Amino acid sequence: MSVIEFSGVTHAYGEREVLRGIDLVLTEHRIGIVGANGSGKSTLARMVNGLVKPDRGTVSVDGLDVARNGREVRRQVGFVFTNPDSQIVMPTVAEDVAFTLRRRGLSKADVAARVADALERFGLAAHADHPAHRLSGGQKQLLALAAVLVAEPSLVVADEPTTLLDARNARRISELLDALPQQVIVVTHQLELLEGFDRVVVIEAGEVVADGSPDTALGIYRSLIA
Amino acid sequence: MIGLYVPGRSLVHRAPAVVKLGMLAAAVVTITLLREPWQLAVAAAAIAALFAVARVPPRAAARQIVPVLWLLAVAVPVQAFFGGWTAAVMMGGRVAASVALAALFTLTTQVSAVLDACVTLLAPFRRWVDADRVGLVLALTIRCVPLTADIVREVLEARRARGAQGSIMALAVPVIVRSLQSADELGDALIARGFDD
Ligand SMILES: Nc1ncnc2c1ncn2[C@@H]1O[C@H](COP(=O)(O)OP(=O)(O)OP(=O)(O)O)[C@@H](O)[C@H]1O
Ligand SMILES: [Mg+2]
Repeated sequence: MSVIEFSGVTHAYGEREVLRGIDLVLTEHRIGIVGANGSGKSTLARMVNGLVKPDRGTVSVDGLDVARNGREVRRQVGFVFTNPDSQIVMPTVAEDVAFTLRRRGLSKADVAARVADALERFGLAAHADHPAHRLSGGQKQLLALAAVLVAEPSLVVADEPTTLLDARNARRISELLDALPQQVIVVTHQLELLEGFDRVVVIEAGEVVADGSPDTALGIYRSLIA
Repeated sequence: MIGLYVPGRSLVHRAPAVVKLGMLAAAVVTITLLREPWQLAVAAAAIAALFAVARVPPRAAARQIVPVLWLLAVAVPVQAFFGGWTAAVMMGGRVAASVALAALFTLTTQVSAVLDACVTLLAPFRRWVDADRVGLVLALTIRCVPLTADIVREVLEARRARGAQGSIMALAVPVIVRSLQSADELGDALIARGFDD
């Protein structure tokens, strides 16, 4: 597992400080992040792959400073967004998965094999040549996951990957994330997703207010929002 | 190209996109130079044969070609009035044949293949243009068509659900805001997927 370290991380959008002095060392296999709307979870998650840079402090993955070595870090960190529509880049399903592998110096045959493999794994093989924008919401999120995992990242960060899905598709995505051998960080409001996780971090108004096993941390979170 | 690709394994599908693009260009130039009606008839027969080889479903082909025929239904009589029927029909035939060939290309070629073709064709100019980037811009432009269509549809639905009729502004504002948001998110997704320069 990678070591993700936040040290003294502060971030403001304009005048508004949304993260304050975050110190965290994440080394567990499955890590959940919860907190109220606007508490700063997405900002925190985006820092792991450099989409947002800290104003003060540093974020590092395996000792690599994300702000300085963004490209290198992003090669090992896959990111799944809430809205699968905004991550689809190419017109057809297979092409979109293949898009992740562009610029990786793989042969055409190699790319095709990896794409076929990923589509098979996520139950999308039958849709390979279909227009990606015609898939259902659940299938689109599966596609997003396939497109991220085809690059074989060592860490997957998912920001509310199931929020736009129905219960059945949400469970499917959650099971797929659970089964990954890779390290995962999941931001969510659906607390049942975090069952069996190794660690849960609770963010409140830009600060870590609870951190530990899911039972303890979620207990504190529940009493906080009650 | 906009989700128009019809999967297939025919010779036309499998031919490299660069070759197809080259042949398309050459064919369109040739068609423009045709002077005799019988030559055009031969060209039309050849194009029909290509469609047959590619096994493009007639419905998919019609959807590409019929709109142009409507246009020609107006343009050809107008042209005939000024230049006589032979010239007018030749003009109409040339346009229809070129459009049909272009349609055949889009129906049998995946966007990623077109991008790769762009990269290949632009390779001699790599000192001045980043072919990969040109390809990416092309792909994103194509991607934005259904994305924007979805946004417009959703905004229209939301308006109808609220019983609002409103002005064109009431439609334009949410569509523009949502489009900018999507563009923002798409930008983030591109960075996350390794296109960060
Ligand atoms: N790009 C931005 N520009 C300005 N303010 C922003 C931006 N992104 C987020 N914010 C603000 O920062 C705060 C934290 O946002 P963030 O998205 O990190 O919260 P969150 O915990 O993910 O919330 P949610 O549960 O609603 O997703 C919010 O008040 C939000 O309005
Ligand atoms: Mg969020």
